[in-house]
Amino acid sequence: MAIDKPKNKVEGLEEKVHVWPYLVRLEFLCALFTIIGLTVWSIVIDAPLEEAANPTKTPNPSKAPWYFLGLQDILVYFDPWFAGVVAPVLIIVGLMLIPYLDINPKGNGYYTYEERKVAIWVYSFGFLVLWIALIIMGVFLRGPGWNLFMPWQYWDPHKVVALVSVDLPYAFGVRTYNMAMLFGAAVVGGYFAVGTAAYFFVERKAIKAVGFLRMFIKIQLYLIMIGIVIKIVLRLAFNIKYIMVTPWFNI
Amino acid sequence: MADNKPGIPSIAGLVAKIKSGELFEEIQKQVLSSQIWTSSFRHGYADTPRNRVLQIASNVWLHLHPVKIQRHALRIKFTWCMGGITFLLFLSTVVTGVILMFYYRPVGEYAYFDMKYLQYDVPFGMLMRNMHRWAAHAMVITVWLHMFRVFLTGSYKPPREFNWVIGVFLVTFTLLLSFTGYLLPWDQLAMWAVTVGTNMARATPFLGNEGPFQEYVFGVSAQYDARSALIGGSIVGPPALLRFYVLHCIFIPLVAGALMIVHFWRIRKDGGISGPL
Ligand code: HEM
Repeated sequence: MAIDKPKNKVEGLEEKVHVWPYLVRLEFLCALFTIIGLTVWSIVIDAPLEEAANPTKTPNPSKAPWYFLGLQDILVYFDPWFAGVVAPVLIIVGLMLIPYLDINPKGNGYYTYEERKVAIWVYSFGFLVLWIALIIMGVFLRGPGWNLFMPWQYWDPHKVVALVSVDLPYAFGVRTYNMAMLFGAAVVGGYFAVGTAAYFFVERKAIKAVGFLRMFIKIQLYLIMIGIVIKIVLRLAFNIKYIMVTPWFNI
Repeated sequence: MADNKPGIPSIAGLVAKIKSGELFEEIQKQVLSSQIWTSSFRHGYADTPRNRVLQIASNVWLHLHPVKIQRHALRIKFTWCMGGITFLLFLSTVVTGVILMFYYRPVGEYAYFDMKYLQYDVPFGMLMRNMHRWAAHAMVITVWLHMFRVFLTGSYKPPREFNWVIGVFLVTFTLLLSFTGYLLPWDQLAMWAVTVGTNMARATPFLGNEGPFQEYVFGVSAQYDARSALIGGSIVGPPALLRFYVLHCIFIPLVAGALMIVHFWRIRKDGGISGPL
């Protein structure tokens, strides 16, 4: 089948077409199939209705609606102030900033991987791994006590999981509270400082064209995103609970 | 020959007629010249460029479109049709939602039993409820896919930055619409999912009673913080049901609808669907 590539104009074909009938008929067909699909789905599968709400009977596990399960899963690794409040705000603000941070003029209005590799990687990683994969895990693999169960395993509500995790300063032999706080602050602060400095060094030629503020915000958002992954890995591989413990909040 | 008797057309002849399109032309001619048709429609539709423009420009619903678009904007491989399907699913939830509202009362004593009544006694009640719920879930998925497509085609780049920002508001409101609706069946699933979700507000820095720095803000307590403002109390109870109902049926749909209007208007003002220059 001959597919006309938009880039090389096909000889003799007009660039502009009438919306009626060309677009309207497509929309009509699309709408028809969607509505048929929705109707069949609704005839075949009933919406769930469990027993009446009962504030004295907490189900185990209690799950948020499926589209928030990625965030609920992050709760394993972060305290609620981050996973439930700061992270969603950062996601929303970060998404809104994308057009103002990505000033690569290429790849505007067509599919291309070659011309904007970093952008595609970052977005796809965030969407497909940190959002979709965590949702799939939350829906199918998280059982009672928010423990991980494989699909063939029985959801045992009495499954015992050893809580052996320690905080990072402790793992490094820091034993007093104040020293641990300092140590943690140094690690977190150092991570952001070194990450930012390294980024500016590697991209030093771009500072003039891209702008300092833009690059600064961009690297902070990258570092937070990478930091989330680092923290997940630290917990799963090394049983590290918090990196920084303060009287007010823990990271 | 036997199979050529008048009145009994041969199968092969019929297939040939279908293939050549002759059959459809014949049917069309029959219908268009029938008395019912000619008495209903005073004149035919001539497929002229002027009429094609008028079909769009003089129709209150269709004039959301421009009258002409770039050829490449038609390609489903480019848009995945996801923006349009999202809008259609939104409209489906509006229609089915209005019907559900006829039978549903957002009151602790009634809500759950209204759902039962709707499912078992209202004609097509179960179907309406299913369509409403599945359309809402599907909308969440299609809006994410739409966003992914817009990202992959780089369509947020100038001059469409602002429409992307509106889009982020739209995806947020889509999730909030779905979330507020989740409580309304007033069953165990609803109550505990919303409990888990709104518990997060407790941890809001400064404003939640278990959040960082709350001790420095005067008056924050379990009865009076970011979470209690959301659910009208310290647990997910009847006040939360009423709040979520009002948000779900009135406030968020109005805001999301207004944003969609701006979204569509901006698509046109930004020069139509993005494409290679
Ligand atoms: C309720 C949700 C939404 C509806 C009903 C909606 C609807 C649409 C429609 C019908 C189009 C036309 C092209 C197409 O179908 O792809 C479109 C384009 C667009 N949408 Fe959305 N949208 C929604 C959410 C979003 C979101 C979440 C974003 C991004 C964050 C977004 C950003 C855009 C942009 C930038 C365009 C222009 C694309 C181009 O020029 O190629 N929209 N939208």
